Amino acid sequence: MNQTSPTENRLIVPYPPQDGLLTFDGIGLEYLVDGKPCKIIDEVSLSIHQGEFVSFVGPSGCGKTSLLRMVSGLAPAPIGQVLYHNRKINKPLKNVGIAFQSPTLLPWRNILNNVLLPLEVVQPYKREFKQKQAKFIAMAQDMLATVGLKDFQSQFPWQLSGGMRQRVSLCRALIHQPEILLLDEPFAALDAFTREEMWFMLQDLWLRVKCVCILITHDLREAVYLSDTIYVMGPRPSSILYKLKVDLPRPRTLEDSLTDEFNHYVADVRRHIKRN
Amino acid sequence: MNTLLRSKYASVVLPTVTTLLLFILWEIIVKIFHIPSFNVPAPSAIWSAAVEKSQPLIENSLVTVQTTMVGFSFAIVAGIFLGFLIGYSRLAYLILYPILVGFNTIPKAALAPLFALWFGLGFLPAVLTAFLLAFFPIAANVALGLETVEPEMKDVLRALGASQLELFRKVGLPHSMPYLFASLKVAVSFAFIGSVISETVASDKGVGYLVVSASASFDVPLGFAGLLTLSCLGIMLYSFFAILEKYVVHWAR
Repeated sequence: MNQTSPTENRLIVPYPPQDGLLTFDGIGLEYLVDGKPCKIIDEVSLSIHQGEFVSFVGPSGCGKTSLLRMVSGLAPAPIGQVLYHNRKINKPLKNVGIAFQSPTLLPWRNILNNVLLPLEVVQPYKREFKQKQAKFIAMAQDMLATVGLKDFQSQFPWQLSGGMRQRVSLCRALIHQPEILLLDEPFAALDAFTREEMWFMLQDLWLRVKCVCILITHDLREAVYLSDTIYVMGPRPSSILYKLKVDLPRPRTLEDSLTDEFNHYVADVRRHIKRN
Repeated sequence: MNTLLRSKYASVVLPTVTTLLLFILWEIIVKIFHIPSFNVPAPSAIWSAAVEKSQPLIENSLVTVQTTMVGFSFAIVAGIFLGFLIGYSRLAYLILYPILVGFNTIPKAALAPLFALWFGLGFLPAVLTAFLLAFFPIAANVALGLETVEPEMKDVLRALGASQLELFRKVGLPHSMPYLFASLKVAVSFAFIGSVISETVASDKGVGYLVVSASASFDVPLGFAGLLTLSCLGIMLYSFFAILEKYVVHWAR
């Protein structure tokens, strides 16, 4: 146990969880900085249920993005383990949807083909891609319609605005109905009003798939608006300082985000955020 | 003025007008200062020489373009192969790249006599010189295209369970295409220069040979006609690949 860790603030999450789809079991992370080990994540243990929308908030550099990379299996946990269906994640899971702050669309594909990309890679869609192509295209068009981009399907990414590209990125992350959706500050580069629209669209898309969603954000209103559960991470070396359940009915509307109840949630989260 | 600059035709009309003006200026200077045509011939003299000797000019142009394209084709194949090799394999990069850079700095004009010694005169040394000048920019650019793929783009595919081959086909290969096509128009000019260099040293055909033999017999107007032919051919080769680039990688902005 690290001496400098803010153990007095540590929230004890009941463990081992029995019913979690995704379990963080004593996750830690260390980097070598100038040859000296530097602890980034002290300890994170928690469990996420099927269909739960979870947000991680906390100061920059506390290892939030690393948590996502552990879940996706792109960079498995070096200390502790992440369990998915009670199996340790040690290589990339094969059906995770990811969206980053930059939309990372493939510029050589038009919008429709960008959304179709996961179906060309993930089983069982990959094997059926030739026969069911018409059906898949209809699926993609349907998703694009949900985010108001039906008429843009044959455009190329450079022809779209930042917000539109990010919507396409969300469609791509969800079209293969992943069990896990990972969002790394997906709306951070957008203006405030566009961002609120995106919350609504994301909620719409997510309610159709109902997968586990893990969102990393610095926008506390965004976290409250979208999440079932918010985890507040402390400064480096980080741990979970606070867990908040958001009991607001869905689908949540823009009006809901203006109520006192909503703002109480936001204030509650804010009070628990500490900086380095 | 601004609408003219932005119009489609400006990119054709303006350089054409400028070139014509230059020729007119050239003509006037030659006439005013009575420069003898075996020093600097006037454009009108060059033109009449070109018309008179149009048959050998065209024949030799075809030879030069042919050697250029053969050498260039080999350069594309080798360049793409080497580019992917050093772009994907760290080992190949460490081993090959310094050698390639070192080799690329050798002036190929200095190699042409050696090739003539080994392979005789004509086609083969010219193709080889064209190839050697052209493959390096292709290889370097393809490797650069592979190296500069955004890591997040790869992450999206890896998280979906894409194999290395799928990553290459769906991301690496298309991502390197703009780099490849950008290099092609440069490389084709290099290949062209390569074959002309070789023709001037070790050939009895081609525009390069024509220019050398014309100046040897003091037919300076024909020599200039040869030079202008080279310039036109070079522009045509470059434009062809520039236009091809525009169509094939139209999505790159």
